[in-house]
Amino acid sequence: MTAFSAILRRDMLLAWRSRADLLISLAFFVIVGCLFPFGVGAEPNQLRAIGPGVLWVAALLSCLLSLHRLFAQDYQDGTLEQMLLSPDPTVLWILAKVLAHWLTTAVPLLLITPLMAMMFDLEGGAIRVLTISLAVGTPILSLIGAVGAALTLGLRGGGALLALLVLPLFVPVLIFGAGSVDAYLSGTGASAHMLLLGGGVLGALALSPIACAAALRISTE
Amino acid sequence: MSTSESRFNLYHYAAPQAFYPVAGKLAPIFAAIAVVLAVAGLWIGFFKAPTDAVQGEVYRIIFIHVPAAWMSMFVFLVMAFWSAVGLAMNTRLSALMAQALAPTGAMFCFVALWTGALWGRPTWGAYWVWDARLTSQLLLLFLYLGYMALVAAIDDPRRRDKAGAILCLVGAVNVPIIYFSVKWWNTLHQGASVSLTKAPSMASIMLSGMLVMALAAWAYTISVALYRVRVLILERERHADWVRGELARLGEAS
Repeated sequence: MTAFSAILRRDMLLAWRSRADLLISLAFFVIVGCLFPFGVGAEPNQLRAIGPGVLWVAALLSCLLSLHRLFAQDYQDGTLEQMLLSPDPTVLWILAKVLAHWLTTAVPLLLITPLMAMMFDLEGGAIRVLTISLAVGTPILSLIGAVGAALTLGLRGGGALLALLVLPLFVPVLIFGAGSVDAYLSGTGASAHMLLLGGGVLGALALSPIACAAALRISTE
Repeated sequence: MSTSESRFNLYHYAAPQAFYPVAGKLAPIFAAIAVVLAVAGLWIGFFKAPTDAVQGEVYRIIFIHVPAAWMSMFVFLVMAFWSAVGLAMNTRLSALMAQALAPTGAMFCFVALWTGALWGRPTWGAYWVWDARLTSQLLLLFLYLGYMALVAAIDDPRRRDKAGAILCLVGAVNVPIIYFSVKWWNTLHQGASVSLTKAPSMASIMLSGMLVMALAAWAYTISVALYRVRVLILERERHADWVRGELARLGEAS
């Protein structure tokens, strides 16, 4: 457990020291969200209809943008190999790194989501459901994305390749995340979607660190 | 030594050098089977099967469309199987089999989408609808493309094989999740405006034509994968002596 907290603290500290990077993915989220009204028109009813989906897609892309940072630095300076050689369970510190990634990229995004949702004319209840669905769903993005980041480590064209690998896998998260708000607005309640997202988190939590550990071993050997 | 050679030993053929000549013998046989079955299937489909009461002649696209869609899904499962075998047993040939199958699977996926669009236009009035089956087929195509892009991007053969295998397994776990999520999303969004279910009773001659075409697709896939795996073996083992000999022989023959 000390390895877990040490890696978590280290990654949070590193992220804090290069805060500009975090701000970039946050700014990306805001700008992508703001582009849509220019594209589809600022008619309030239409904005209300597309708002949840647009914000979910923007969050997904912003997560994708920061994924390559997950292992790249440690890979370049050799820390990753040392961590793989260490006696601590690989899965444990991978979870710490993924948690740090989620805390530094998804949580700021969650904080700004209500503000963005207001720009899409969503009302209080829908904003609450949207924020909760993002809070439950984004850990899945970080977990699946970590496998993709480990597989594409140090490859040419890594960024675009990573997008091609993980975006199809993100589709179910997007469906249930954005769908939860629609379900709330249509009166059926969002609990089914939330439970499915929660199940997705548990499934990804169980499987993705193992796949990620195998991928990291392959990428560094 | 002599006893172990006289018995049929599957592990023997896990060595690329041992499998190369076997693949060379089997590939033309399956190609011939594929041609015969495809001719028979198309003959049944176009000349024997009656015109559909509801859809008219256009339904005949089913003889290409459905086998292609079946095959595209099945090939991904076979790739996942070879990937798992490759990771578990550490055999080089398994990963090569998965890589040899991928382009064929992607091709069938594309054919299924393309013929589906051509079929959809006259029957539902649109080339594309966001139906669950179409959408998950499209995502399957993306999975194939992602696999091929990852394999193409890695230069080191060991890393290429294993990274591809992991991606393939992750994809195989996700395929049912994607399918059901898209299905539920679809029912939430547009209801049953478009029903893909075929006419309730299908004439047995239509069904047999479709099955013959499906078998032709199987034989074609096996044949093409064997041809492709032979090239991959030559490429991978190019520093081995037997490959030099084989290449010299091929050079003389041409």
